[in-house]
Amino acid sequence: MTILASVLTTNLAILVLAGFIGFVVISKIPNTLHTPLMSGTNAIHGIVLLGGLLLLALPEIAPVYQLDALSEALLVIAIAFGTINIVGGFLVTDRMLEMFKSRPKPSAEKDEGEDKP
Amino acid sequence: MSALPLATSFLQQQSFLDVLYIIAFALFIQGLRGLAGPTTAVRGNRIAALGMAIAIAATLLQPGEHRWGLIALGIALGVAVGVPAARQVKMTAMPQMVALFNGVGGGAVALISWVEFRRLGSSYGSVTVAATESDVGRFHGLLVGHPAVPTYVAIFSVFAAIVGSVSFWGSNIAFGKLQEIIPGRPISFGSAQQVVNLVLLVLALAAGVDLIAGAHSQLLFIGMLVCAALLGNAVVLPIGGADMPVVISMLNAFTGLSAAATGVALNNPALIVAGMIVGASGSILTNLMAVAMNRSIPAIVAGGFGGGGALARAEGAGEHARTVKSTSAADAAIQLAYASRVMIVPGYGMAVAQAQHAVRELTKELEKRGVEIAYAIHPVAGRMPGHMNVLLAEADVPYDQLEEMEEANQEFGRTDVSLVIGANDVTNPAAKNTPSSPIYGMPILEVSQSHSVIVIKRSMNPGFAGIENELYYEPETSMLFGDAKSAVSEITAELAQL
Repeated sequence: MTILASVLTTNLAILVLAGFIGFVVISKIPNTLHTPLMSGTNAIHGIVLLGGLLLLALPEIAPVYQLDALSEALLVIAIAFGTINIVGGFLVTDRMLEMFKSRPKPSAEKDEGEDKP
Repeated sequence: MSALPLATSFLQQQSFLDVLYIIAFALFIQGLRGLAGPTTAVRGNRIAALGMAIAIAATLLQPGEHRWGLIALGIALGVAVGVPAARQVKMTAMPQMVALFNGVGGGAVALISWVEFRRLGSSYGSVTVAATESDVGRFHGLLVGHPAVPTYVAIFSVFAAIVGSVSFWGSNIAFGKLQEIIPGRPISFGSAQQVVNLVLLVLALAAGVDLIAGAHSQLLFIGMLVCAALLGNAVVLPIGGADMPVVISMLNAFTGLSAAATGVALNNPALIVAGMIVGASGSILTNLMAVAMNRSIPAIVAGGFGGGGALARAEGAGEHARTVKSTSAADAAIQLAYASRVMIVPGYGMAVAQAQHAVRELTKELEKRGVEIAYAIHPVAGRMPGHMNVLLAEADVPYDQLEEMEEANQEFGRTDVSLVIGANDVTNPAAKNTPSSPIYGMPILEVSQSHSVIVIKRSMNPGFAGIENELYYEPETSMLFGDAKSAVSEITAELAQL
């Protein structure tokens, strides 16, 4: 009981603290960055991919817990989804931020070739 | 079977895994801090991506019986879809792309929870408050090898399944609306909408509780996913386009929270930390958006502008058949050329017409003539938070010309011409003057304070929110009908001939 409970409490502690960090870090953001921030954090929740990776590495120690074909298929889709989320999210954010990059300097003309794909 | 080798390898590797995970957390947090500042944002995003790479590498490095073929297949599929999509998407299509990426994240959460149920569901409810950790086999945090599934694991897994499914379907609907596959106008069951939503929510929760209590039915789990899916559809379908910034950032927060819940169920700190950070920052952003519209989040979720807007429109049309003053590109060019200060007010129409480069050309031409240019950016203009800023940045508009709402509202008084390009609801004076209007109380850009207003608009059709805009009937306003891009280009051409 106690050890199991401590696993849960540890995880809940991590949960709460991470929530506070999220609040504190993002307490003040300029309007300009709302989109990149959202799309950047959007990429981060693709981390759920790790769950799929771990499940597909399960040793087959107990027959009851083996993954059947359907489970494996679901996990492949989950991993594909997670990868789209991560790769797409970070790339798109990067593209957006590249456009803001040269902003403070008035000599933005040079980068023009890069900005238009 | 033999638990000892598993346990030792688990212990040996776990500390290494944990260190890598901790490095990844630090990078996520540092990256996010970077994303909050204009000069550090590019680096911040890359730091977060590096953190992600480390977290994935650490996970793959773990000993285990990896189905490498399947893992590679999944990742390859994801890269094959994600990279070209992210590379090719136009800046104007960014909101739907973000919605789509968010949706697949939610889908991944739901699928993983489903697999967890398929693995462990037959042991849900069988234990056991009394189970100790030593009763429970663990493989990198996953439960294995013992039929004792602690209740909390079932609870978090079921929660993740429901929220993930809502997020997946909700985001797909948002994508469909923004891509205009589905009409952007609110689609709803009318007054029955709230009841339908409530029933679906209750059904999903009841199924979830039943499963946690030990109903070992796969069918029930699927039923729960379906209810959650229908709920996702039912919640987002009635939401009008104008509320999209709130919805997208809310769904983003949802997916984050569901990922964190998956983390608790799988006992994986990386998922918990990353998911929670997204959940928290997403909630802040959602709240910011809702405040900018003076609407409560529950009110937005409970139903879009639909009914009320239609009423107000019918009323307005019936009472007085008013006329608007229309103008030509040539007249607009003259008006702009002799102004000393022009405020550009962009909205979703500019995004649809992809007019941002044309607008930049026009303002360059005006600047040559010594006209002072500024852009007034409403926080919810467009279809996602910060939408206008992204588009204008793409067109190389100098950062310091962009004015946020409060700043801009102080400036309209000394503005000669406000050029409204495809913005509608965010300029509607009804938000200030008409208590019966569905948008009453929403902070707006007070365009009508400027000496004159030119509105570029396709037609007199009301915007996505379906609300008549009083601004168009005011004496200082003239309308230039047409597609934003061609209208702006025409003005620029006329300007060159002056």
